[in-house]
Parts: sequence; C-alpha cells; structure tokens
Amino acid sequence: MPAEHALRTYAEGTRDVFDHSQAEPEQKRAKLEIRDLHKSFGALDVLKGVSLDAHDHDVISILGASGSGKSTFLRCINFLEMPTRGSIALNGETIRTRLSPQGQQEPADGRQIERVRARLAMVFQSFNLWSHMTLLENIIEGPIHVLGLGRKEAIERAEALLAKVGLHDRKTYYPAFLSGGQQQRGAIARALAMEPEIMLFDEPTSALDPELVGEVLNIIRALAEEGRTMIIVTHEIAFAREASNRVVFLRDGEIEEQGAPESVMAHPTSPHFERFLARARH
Amino acid sequence: MDAVVTYSPFVASGIRITVALSLLSLLVAVVLGLLGAWAKLSGSYAARRIAELYTTFIRGVPDLVLMLLLYFGGQMALNRLGAITGLWKHIELDAFTAGVLAIGFIFGSYMTETFRGAALAIPRGQVEAGLATGMSRPTLFRRIIWPQLVRHALPSFTNIWLTLMKATALVSVIGLEDLVYNGYAAGKATRMPFTFMFIVLMTYLAMTAISDLGLRWLDRRYSAHVRAERPA
Repeated sequence: MPAEHALRTYAEGTRDVFDHSQAEPEQKRAKLEIRDLHKSFGALDVLKGVSLDAHDHDVISILGASGSGKSTFLRCINFLEMPTRGSIALNGETIRTRLSPQGQQEPADGRQIERVRARLAMVFQSFNLWSHMTLLENIIEGPIHVLGLGRKEAIERAEALLAKVGLHDRKTYYPAFLSGGQQQRGAIARALAMEPEIMLFDEPTSALDPELVGEVLNIIRALAEEGRTMIIVTHEIAFAREASNRVVFLRDGEIEEQGAPESVMAHPTSPHFERFLARARH
Repeated sequence: MDAVVTYSPFVASGIRITVALSLLSLLVAVVLGLLGAWAKLSGSYAARRIAELYTTFIRGVPDLVLMLLLYFGGQMALNRLGAITGLWKHIELDAFTAGVLAIGFIFGSYMTETFRGAALAIPRGQVEAGLATGMSRPTLFRRIIWPQLVRHALPSFTNIWLTLMKATALVSVIGLEDLVYNGYAAGKATRMPFTFMFIVLMTYLAMTAISDLGLRWLDRRYSAHVRAERPA
C-alpha cells in the first residue's frame, strides 16, 4: 500500500524535526489526519492517494508544479471539493461521508462539515473578501453569524486583528478600494477572526503584484512564529524553506517527497523535485 | 369641468385595485422567479427542464391570451381537477385572483431570467469564502448571496416592475374595476373619453415615478460598495 508507505516515511521523517515528539507518547493522534485521499474529475485522477498528518504548530508547505493537484488537495481538506475516496479527521473526529445514489461520495452530515470548516480557516488565492461588505464587516461576519459571538465582542476582536495586519485605518473601506496586498491581509484577518485550529492557505501570493508579495508573506511568517498550525500551498520556494517545518512535494497527485525543508530541499532524492527546485531558482 | 370633479374620485378608486394587483402579482412573480432561477441552476435535470418549459412557454404567448385563458379556463380546470381527485368541491376564481395569478405567472418567467443572470454574476469565490467560514446554506444565502443578487438583479427588476404595473391594465378586459376600467367608464358616461384617459395616463405616470424613486433608493443602498466615492 503506497499510502501506508507514505505514512511510515512521514513518521520517520518527523522524529528529527520535532524535539517535542520524543517527549510525547508515540500514539498521540495528529490534529489533522488525512488518509489516502483520492479525487477524480470524471476520468481525470487529480489526487491518487495522499496522506498527511498535521500536528500542533506544524507549518507545512505544499509545493508542486501546476496541475500536480496541490490546490485540489487543500480544497479537499475543508470539503470545498468532495474527495472521491479517503478520510479526513480533525482532532480524531472523522468527517462522515456516505455514497450518493449516483455512487459518489457525499457528506453524511452537513452540520458536521460546517462545524469542521469553521475550525479550518481558509485564505484564497483571489482573496474572496465579500464585496458588499466593508473590511470590518467582512471580519466580524463569521464570528457573529457562524460562531454566534456578540457584535461588540466581534468588533473588538476585528479591530485588534486589523491593527495586527496593519489595516486599522482601512476598516471602513470596501474591498474594491483596497490593493491586492491589502485585500489579502484583510482576508488573513478574516480567517484569524474565526480563531481557527488550522489555517489553510491556497497560493496566497499568486494573484499579487510582485511588490505586494512581501507584505503578505511577512504576515504569514509572523503567524508561523506565533506557533499557528498552517498548511500552505505556495510557489514561494524561499518562503517555504524558511517559514515551514515541513515541505511536501506533490507530483501527479501523489506525494513525491517530503520532510524538513533544510534536509529535503538541500538534498532532494527525487529528480523531479530537484528539477522543480532548480527551475524555481531562476 | 364639473364632470371631471364629479367623476375623479370614481376613477381614483381604481388606483387601489391597480396598486393591490401590481404588488400582489409582483410578489407571485418574485417567488416564481426565485424558484425558477433556482431550478435552472440546480443539478437536477428534471427541475431544469420544467423551468425551461415554463419560461419558453410563457415568453412565447401574449399576456392577454394567457389571462383570458386562465380566467375562463382556469376555473373550469380547477373544478374538474377537484371533481376527479375529490379534494375540493367548488372553487370560484374571481377576476382579481385570476389577474394576480396570470400576471404573476407571466412575469415570474421574466424574473426567472433576471435572477438567474444575477446569480451567475456572483463570483464563485464569494460563495466559497462563505462555505469555508462554516456558514450554513440559509446563512450563506441571506448574508452573502441575497445582497449581491439584489444588486445585480435591480436594473432588470426595475424594467420588469414598470412593465408589470402597466400590464395590469389588461385586467380591465376581464371586468376588474381598475384604473383603466373606471377611466374608460367615466369617459363613456360623460362623453369625455380623451379627458379621462389623459387623467389615467397621468396617474400611471405618477405611480411609475414614485416607484422609480423607491428603486433608486434601493439601488444606492445595495451598490454602495461599487460607487466611485470612498466611504467616510
């Protein structure tokens, strides 16, 4: 079984990355457990059995050429794409699925998926701030209407986050009047307002002008230093190397190589990964 | 001039019918339009085909023909159906109800296209951001989809509403005493048809002008985020 193999490789790979993993009992479950994820669009198999564990404070960068399935993989984690096969568990709670009459996998309990999604915040490539709401309204929306937080408390939380991402003076602006970098920082604040257990970033800087990439990466780097658990799909090799404690290289819907960035990125065993890294250097 | 003063309250009493008819038909049209748009965008093949049939049929038939058909034939059909199923005995379909149903049914098909187009204009990412936040379907609709739907639908909605209000004049042929019916009757009784039709015309103009103001207010409210000036 390739999935089991990948798991074993991963388990071996993590031991030297985490000093705390030795202190904890071996059987401690990961915060997020993804097992043997498959996704097909018609005849096209985009994911062919991907397994991944994320522990507390993990910052995992997912690299890969376009078409390798990395965005699809991330979108399967919060069920924006329904996986064709495989399972996902958050804090040991497996998301229940069933087969539809057409023979496709579908959520067995919509409420459970909503609950899980609220704990996995997502930051999109194209920001996706709600265009009919001001920046502040965007940030209090989830806390009020999903978490049931009081308006006053939500606004306090939002203002603190806006200050943190350097946008406090823009809180009454509608997204259309903000630059791409500001929108993305706002979207990160919106994600943080949910106080998520894991943050998912889907190519957060790919839609930005080059001069705006830095301001967004700096914020994500700061979040990593805070010890937030994050999974980041990215093209920014340098960022992946310095900000993450694990990189995963996807190729043709499978994990080709993974491990601590300082080891696998310095000495890639896969020729494809080596070529990918070399190409990115130019 | 005396005749105008004497008959004006009578003509004006038709406004009530016209306004009530317009608003109720609009309600029916909006409900049908939302259902139609939902059906056309749904994954169900059957729902899509039914909605397709509905809009194709209605848009290809004259309003007046459909209204007469519904008024005269609708009652018969309803009672025939009641007799066969044994669910109800006798239903009187009065002119007002027939008018509301016919106009609502007709304009529902136009609303279907309006709402469908408006829904398609909402970027997929807006919905995904809502889902990813953990919103339930009703919350997503109420907080994210509806406000954007209104903005995209409003220009076309305004057209449909004005056309609908004027189309209610057709009910005078099934004997409903609306603005046109009363104006025509007053014109005949006083032998001043031109004067009274002119009064009717000005009344319609006043009604459309008022609704135009209301709709403009709605438009401002729902498109604050795309207007050129920066918020305070």
